[in-house]
Amino acid sequence: MSPVATLPAQERVWQRFTPAQRIARFTVYFVIVAAIVAAAQTIEVIPEFLADAPEQVGDLLTRMWPIDWPAYRGDVHDALIETIHIASLGTLLALVLALPVGVLAAHNLVPYTPVNLLAKLVLVSSRSVNSLVWALLFVGIFGPGALAGTLAIAFRSIGFVGKLCGEALEEAHQGPIEALAATGAPWRSILTFGYWPQVKPAFWSIALFRFDINVRESAVLGLVGAGGIGMALDSALNLFQWGRVALILLAILIVVIVTEIIVTQIRKRML
Amino acid sequence: MTDAVPTSPADPFPKTLWPRIAAFALLAYVIYACAQLDISFARVETGLENASRFFSRLFPPNFARWELLVKGLLESLQIAVLATTLGIALALPVGLAGARNLMPAWVSWPARALIVVARSLHPVIVAILFVKAVGFGALAGVLALTVASIGFIGKLFTEAIEEISPKQVEAVRATGAPFASVLAFGVMPQVFSRFIGFATYQLDSNLRNSTMVGIVGAGGIGGTLFAAFQRFDYDFVCAILIAIISLIMLGELFATAVRAIFIDGASLADLFRRRGASHRDRLVEDD
Repeated sequence: MSPVATLPAQERVWQRFTPAQRIARFTVYFVIVAAIVAAAQTIEVIPEFLADAPEQVGDLLTRMWPIDWPAYRGDVHDALIETIHIASLGTLLALVLALPVGVLAAHNLVPYTPVNLLAKLVLVSSRSVNSLVWALLFVGIFGPGALAGTLAIAFRSIGFVGKLCGEALEEAHQGPIEALAATGAPWRSILTFGYWPQVKPAFWSIALFRFDINVRESAVLGLVGAGGIGMALDSALNLFQWGRVALILLAILIVVIVTEIIVTQIRKRML
Repeated sequence: MTDAVPTSPADPFPKTLWPRIAAFALLAYVIYACAQLDISFARVETGLENASRFFSRLFPPNFARWELLVKGLLESLQIAVLATTLGIALALPVGLAGARNLMPAWVSWPARALIVVARSLHPVIVAILFVKAVGFGALAGVLALTVASIGFIGKLFTEAIEEISPKQVEAVRATGAPFASVLAFGVMPQVFSRFIGFATYQLDSNLRNSTMVGIVGAGGIGGTLFAAFQRFDYDFVCAILIAIISLIMLGELFATAVRAIFIDGASLADLFRRRGASHRDRLVEDD
């Protein structure tokens, strides 16, 4: 900083950030505080509802209490299995669809920037639409049911899997690739023997991670009619069968936690 | 001493049986699951016939009721901002309590259990419960997303604290500093930049989810979206979707700018300058 250097030594003050950086930081703080204040002042909260909340929570818990265990043997079990099928089929479909897009998005594999950008556009649009919105669209097209849910999960996952796979491919070491290319290997061999062994751990790790997320997401798709345990939850809520709601919530909680534990263990061993 | 016997080099990519068995099992599972879910080519085919009709009704988007749209979007934005603020405020102590290198086991295990439960249920499901507890409206959405934020930020914050270098903590402790100073000067500087990463990420994620919690009546644009969908008002649905996606992209731009300023030390002018890949977001998403 030249203005500082001209000052006599005892007047130099060390500052961590340049004035431009401080202005930028201050702007961010200002925007955040302004947004919080504006949001807190304008949000519509009905005071009567808020005052009533503790009583309502108590009521909710007492109605949930005798958990309706027998209902599990009925359709809750089937709905739960359906949810898991939706999550796993959706993840598999996403892997199949996302790999080519991820390859197209990696600049070192496909050195054509327009193609890369197009692939990245596909990935971004998949990611910026929530899985519930995908589910709404697919329910509109295919009607209510597990098919819509599976496709919603798959289409939401393409962006995630494709983006991470593309990044893994771009980070692959060039040594083995050059060695293969020097032998005159065709591009298919370069892909299977040069890139695939390098990205294989990352790929399976991404797939498992996405499966974990998808189990969580597939549980809500039923709220918009896309199959799975969400549909059972929706009908139990509409009929005020709170004991059944408690059972379904508990079932979702257990499945999600068990999936997470299994996935974490497998990923730990794999990496 | 044995002579080196020339052997054929081992196949670097030996063909094992396991991948084939796994592939076969996977195929069998796909067929079984498709049968269970009643998915067939016939259904896909009839669906594709519907698709053209569906898409022709989506376009052109109808922005005639833009006031409703703007009101819903603003409410979603309010929900996201407040939920992120509350969530971060509550997640910091919980995340700190969960760190096993700083806290005794009787503090860290309850905190970790709380984080696991908060993470397990999808925000929309939590929103259902809060709609029952505090009634329809934005407050239920704020509370539901606060729970989700506690789970996500709490988990990442715990992990970040557990990975810090103990040297600086020990150095501060050796001066006889009280616990609060150890946190402020030994721990916080080490986790601050990662914290900015997940706070901005959570704002982004809350913005996405705040457009959805309305489906169960917890405020925001989601309620408008679902109502329009159920009335087969598809051109309005399309307008809402375009608005939601633009809002989310704007939120992402804001998050990127905040990360550039706080992690890469960019100034405001730098944000508008074209640069090479700066801060690569290493945080894996989880929404």
